[in-house]
Amino acid sequence: MEYRQHRLANGLEIHAECNDLAYTSGFGFFVKAGSRDETDGIGGVSHFLEHMVFKGTPNRTAAEVNLQLDEMGSASNARTGEESTIYHASVLPEFQSDVVALLSDIMRPSLRLEDFETEKKVIVEEIMMYADQPPYGGYERIMEEFYGDHPMGQSVLGTVDSVTGLTPEAMRSYFEQRYSPSNMVLAAAGKIDFDKLVDDVERHCGRWKSFPAERTCPAPDYRSGFVSMHKPNSVQQYLLQMAPGATLQSEDRYAARVATTIMGDDAGSRFYWEFLDSGLAESAGVGSYEHLGCGSLMTVICCDPSKAEENLERAKKLFNQAASEGVTEKELAMAKRKIASHILLASERTDTRMFSVGTQWLNDQPFKTPAQIAEVYENVTLDEVNAALQKYHMRSPMTLAVGPKEDWLAV
Amino acid sequence: MTQQQLSHYSFDNGLTIVGHHMPWLQSAAYAISVSAGSRYDDADKVGTANFLCEMVQRGCGDMDSRQYIEALQMLGIDSSSSAGNYQTHYGAAMIASELIPSLRISAEMLRRPILPADQLEDGRMVCLQEIAALEDDLAQKAMNEMRARFYGTPDGRNSDGTIESISRITLEDLRESHQSLYRPNGMIIAVAGNFDWERLVDEVGQLFGDWESKPDPEVITLPPETGSHHIPFESEQTHIIVGFKGFTYSHPDFYLNRCAIGVLSDGMSSRLFTEVREKRGLCYTVYASNHMTKNQAGVFCYSGTSTDRAQQTLDVIIEQLVELGNGITQSELDRLKIRIRSGLISQQESCRSRANSINSDWFHLGRLRTLDELNESISSITVDQVNDFLQRHPPSNFSLVTLGSNPLELKEHGIPTTPIG
Repeated sequence: MEYRQHRLANGLEIHAECNDLAYTSGFGFFVKAGSRDETDGIGGVSHFLEHMVFKGTPNRTAAEVNLQLDEMGSASNARTGEESTIYHASVLPEFQSDVVALLSDIMRPSLRLEDFETEKKVIVEEIMMYADQPPYGGYERIMEEFYGDHPMGQSVLGTVDSVTGLTPEAMRSYFEQRYSPSNMVLAAAGKIDFDKLVDDVERHCGRWKSFPAERTCPAPDYRSGFVSMHKPNSVQQYLLQMAPGATLQSEDRYAARVATTIMGDDAGSRFYWEFLDSGLAESAGVGSYEHLGCGSLMTVICCDPSKAEENLERAKKLFNQAASEGVTEKELAMAKRKIASHILLASERTDTRMFSVGTQWLNDQPFKTPAQIAEVYENVTLDEVNAALQKYHMRSPMTLAVGPKEDWLAV
Repeated sequence: MTQQQLSHYSFDNGLTIVGHHMPWLQSAAYAISVSAGSRYDDADKVGTANFLCEMVQRGCGDMDSRQYIEALQMLGIDSSSSAGNYQTHYGAAMIASELIPSLRISAEMLRRPILPADQLEDGRMVCLQEIAALEDDLAQKAMNEMRARFYGTPDGRNSDGTIESISRITLEDLRESHQSLYRPNGMIIAVAGNFDWERLVDEVGQLFGDWESKPDPEVITLPPETGSHHIPFESEQTHIIVGFKGFTYSHPDFYLNRCAIGVLSDGMSSRLFTEVREKRGLCYTVYASNHMTKNQAGVFCYSGTSTDRAQQTLDVIIEQLVELGNGITQSELDRLKIRIRSGLISQQESCRSRANSINSDWFHLGRLRTLDELNESISSITVDQVNDFLQRHPPSNFSLVTLGSNPLELKEHGIPTTPIG
């Protein structure tokens, strides 16, 4: 296993974890472009652009892109978030050069009007699909309520109106602000011929022009409160809560993650015993979401509407108890075992390794191997976890309730 | 293609252990299936298998519920469980060194569950919550309706049951069900990853060898229902499912059908993705897949699309299904073959995925297939063979389930929409 890097003159970096024993090769372009980078009037452009990237270039039609990805037998996809857009493909090692050529080409898309209008309909269908799925747009809504005017509050999907109003010109302009070679990385993992990779990328991407791609990073002004979204024909009630959490820059982010594992993992956690073992909720969990300059602690509970209010009380009590009394050595040991096992299982898959390489670059973090990450978790102390539980807390959260319940008394 | 080491061993009591030795990994996983699925539930107590699956994990041997969960946590085990139609499944993935300790806990859970009376109502609540959550999963709800109608009883039975049936189940029902259904005969323990086969067989023998086999229970059979069915619901999208005859693993035409359906639905250049989504922008999701029970199979096509475009989406899907009957091309088959080969090779990076695959092989075929054999089964197929198959079995006799604001019309396109035989 060898970690190798290369930087092109235009700023594009290549980061690869080369493993001669791997059966497959994974590649991904990771771009620092997400909904937090969108300005007024172009809501949803990052995600729409992600779709348009597959719609052809001066060298390939949309159909040819799809055809060639399949001809390589690739498992390929893309995803857009608040802070990044990722294009990835896993192939057999014999297709390394072909897939790198294709991925590099589509990073400079044509954005043709006809494709744009057809794909717009697909995006609208995607928005409507999520509108039918729990928690029915609740995630987007609580992000907006919690972050307020901060860019992190902007929806990744956008709305039917914002997407309908987008033009190829606005998308082109956004592309020219975010897709600078210096604002993206090509991450690779698995069986990689690194020298060949560098040659290919120099040839395909060396001529890309670099330009400044700044990201505004205002201080967060986290908000608290209670919002109900009435959804009369859903059966369950969905309760989402957010509170300030560790950021990507926080020293204690690993301790915060161990704390959320103890509090809200899907088996053996405090939430598990309170809500899942008892059947008081169908699902209940706690997560830590770190971003650039901000972050959140988030809980999600799905339960019978009649149990909603008491379940919110129960969650509050669990956080209060953890903050005041701390957790036990035994809980810490169990969480560490679980995390170590999870890291090992994930490390055996080429695609998860590629994501780890790319994500660490996105987060401006020096590369750590799975063993090194496992060691950081192993070294987290009980005091650090208890300190994190006091610092990242649901004292005055933003609460969003989605579902049939209308009469909120106690909140 | 691979370094392959597949092994199997059947004990006198009918339990089979199958293994895929993957020494390049540091992990291991197992998939245990017990012939105790919901097909054996009493007609008025559907959901018993699922309820029992929940309850056996609430303490076993000398461990109470909390001690059981904590023992798994201390070993760092990522476990899963579900009650299916034929079988109830218990899965676990872990650091390789914890394989044997983990199996010991699973053996206790399967053979000596406490089924604590004081947790019966908690367990029932869990089952009721699952039913409630499924009501909000519209695509799954439509798919369950299709399977129930397409396969009839018991193959199409959904394991969750209903609020009424779950409410009827007593502790005594669960004890009886465990007593009669949890048995070594028909049980499969599939292990993949880094392990010592001899030691594993020896350990499994000690854990399960003295378990006595029991007779397989009778199952009530009811015929399928076909045609069109609409579930009215005020939703943004209409969820569309088209079903037609599929093929089981053990059928000689299985791979020919697999190729035909692959051309229809595998990859971004597949026909459904190209015609429904890429060219017309009718939906975000569209796919078809061959689903099977032990003796029946169905191809189910799904799409979710906004109400005013739902009829057009259904029409285009049917058009593509009918067109498939006219045959596929060489380049379509070539793309599919490389795609399948690529998928098979990448399975070697996941012990969990291999454990599930070899469990399924043993269940459906009673033997294990190497990845080379699987690859060969596909790579040796010719376009003429697929097209000959499609002439014999063109997609036809469609069943339709829709969920949404308005029902849709299944237009015939010259194809008889008569009931499935």
